[in-house]
Amino acid sequence: MKGKQYYFDYAATTPLDKWVFLKMKPYFSENFGNPSNLYESGRKAKLAISEAINKITKVLNCAPGEFIFTSGATEADNLAIAGIARANKEFGNKIIISAVEHKGIMSVCDALKKEGFEIVKIPVDKFGTVDLKKLKKEINSKTILVSITYADSETGTAQPVAEIAKIIRKFREGKHSKPYTLNPIPYFHTDASQAAPYLDINIENIGVDLMTLSAHKIYGPKGIGGLYIKKGIKIKPIIFGGGQQSLRSGTQNVPAIVGFGEAIILAEKNKKAEFKHAKQLRDKLEKGIFKIIPKVVLNGHSKNRLPNFLNISILDIEGEALLLYLDEKGIAVGTGSACNSENLEPSYILSALGRSYEYIHGSVRFTMGKYTTDSDINYVLKNLPEMVKKLRQISPLNLKIKKPKKISQLKAFVGGKTPHFLRRK
Amino acid sequence: MSKKSLIAKKKGPDVVNKFTGGNWVYTKEVKEHFFNPRNLLWEMPKNKSGFDAEGIIGSPACGDIMRVWLKVDPKKDKIIEFKWRTFGCASAIAATSMLSVMATEKGGMKIDKALKIKPQDIMKRLGGLPDRKIHCSVLGDKALRAAINDWFKKTGQYERIIVEGSRVIDPNTKVTEVDIESAVIEGVKTIEDLQKRTKVGIGNPACLDEAEQLLRFYREKYFGKDGKQG
Repeated sequence: MKGKQYYFDYAATTPLDKWVFLKMKPYFSENFGNPSNLYESGRKAKLAISEAINKITKVLNCAPGEFIFTSGATEADNLAIAGIARANKEFGNKIIISAVEHKGIMSVCDALKKEGFEIVKIPVDKFGTVDLKKLKKEINSKTILVSITYADSETGTAQPVAEIAKIIRKFREGKHSKPYTLNPIPYFHTDASQAAPYLDINIENIGVDLMTLSAHKIYGPKGIGGLYIKKGIKIKPIIFGGGQQSLRSGTQNVPAIVGFGEAIILAEKNKKAEFKHAKQLRDKLEKGIFKIIPKVVLNGHSKNRLPNFLNISILDIEGEALLLYLDEKGIAVGTGSACNSENLEPSYILSALGRSYEYIHGSVRFTMGKYTTDSDINYVLKNLPEMVKKLRQISPLNLKIKKPKKISQLKAFVGGKTPHFLRRK
Repeated sequence: MSKKSLIAKKKGPDVVNKFTGGNWVYTKEVKEHFFNPRNLLWEMPKNKSGFDAEGIIGSPACGDIMRVWLKVDPKKDKIIEFKWRTFGCASAIAATSMLSVMATEKGGMKIDKALKIKPQDIMKRLGGLPDRKIHCSVLGDKALRAAINDWFKKTGQYERIIVEGSRVIDPNTKVTEVDIESAVIEGVKTIEDLQKRTKVGIGNPACLDEAEQLLRFYREKYFGKDGKQG
């Protein structure tokens, strides 16, 4: 590898924390036992798993039996949606999601559509916030599940999850609910993969019934995630086998589980500080870019957004081309441009915000994390204008910028106006 | 050990994007032309008389747009200058740059020869492109033909104007029936693959139905009723 790497793609994945790695190490070759076995090495593995579960459920503020490990967020999303849908068919067939869900939700919903389920996508406004009025209207007695992301993976716009939970609870308590089910439908699921390092994931506070987590977005290992499932919820497995975790079969990935447990404790402990750190750097980058580069548009909510997200459209140039120019200088970013995707379709999340294709093709996503430094930001601000200038010279376009209106509403964060931990002080 | 050296010697694209994890790769030639584009029009011409002809293709909505300016030597019937600007990804920029080199090298290309440049020729010079990036070079030759047609019009050589082989299916990307036919011959089986190859319907989904019908028609024509080679 040549030169220093400037990593601005923490939303894609984060580096494994060295301390977390240290904790995982003994569980590869030394304590390698299968947790299902009763002899000593098996018992050691089992103990490590239950310790990790305790750590995770303590952070989530739930019982140890309410959490299942999966191979990652995608599997957890799949399990939540398909598992709930198939187990609760007798009560209804309607599933409500938002237009900005992760592919792990979108794809399983497409599959369920073929099984006869009705999938309704709630639109978002131009800042990426789910339309609560439409959501309220769509919930009816046939609805078995509502799944709204905590914060989407492209703009980082945070959804008012606690408010949605309230809407759903109110419906359940109302006349349309079905008292004969133990845990009345509709259930509420949220994917907190992106939100976990920065927002409140205490399920008591946010009031969800199911929640997806991913370890590699919080400086843990890849290939491990999990699903919080409230006690008493009817759900069917999507993976069949020896019943190691009853709902989810397959020998547990012990070292990864250990890493997940350590990572979530660290993330929770440092949440407040990391929020401040990321926001400070993000705001500096955002202000800097808007000051020195003309014709740039912000994608996502200007305030109610994860503190480490900056998604912008730089007009007249194409995202993949810029990504490669940045790469040449060691800077790693993401883009919603079609040219960078497998199916050549521009980002559906940015489309849902009402952005035209011209804008989406020029979108670039900077996501910061705990290892991002002030000098990293300076490096980008020093190099980016030159690249934009050159690519604009190559481009025959000269699009007109439409000024987005000022943003006034400030309600998307859990429970009120500002993020809970900034409010407490 | 021998296995290792074989892998190292393996020919082909060698520029891998480290960060996106994308499985597509670019060749050295693509990289070179992308970072150091040749014959780029750095300054927009102040008056239109600076060039003999102009051609444009694509739309910003579909992600690629190419604009070509030509100077032609009418006596020798040769392209003497080829300037361009491209909005698009690395392969689109590199493909236009390479095309400009092909059209102007060795004292300039004869108009008749330039009209016959195929996307495959550009790709060959670039050392290949990833499958789903082929459409980027497809646009280049069309932009050049559009510019040459413009020159024919301006110089009154109406009999030489080339009417593209067939009906345009997608007005944005100017994908024609012939493009779909040749994609099928090259092995495209599904509408998704067709889109990867030609970009038909991206930014203009209304034309997808027709594209799919043509895809089925040519599949049947060349490979039998259920798509199997017969």
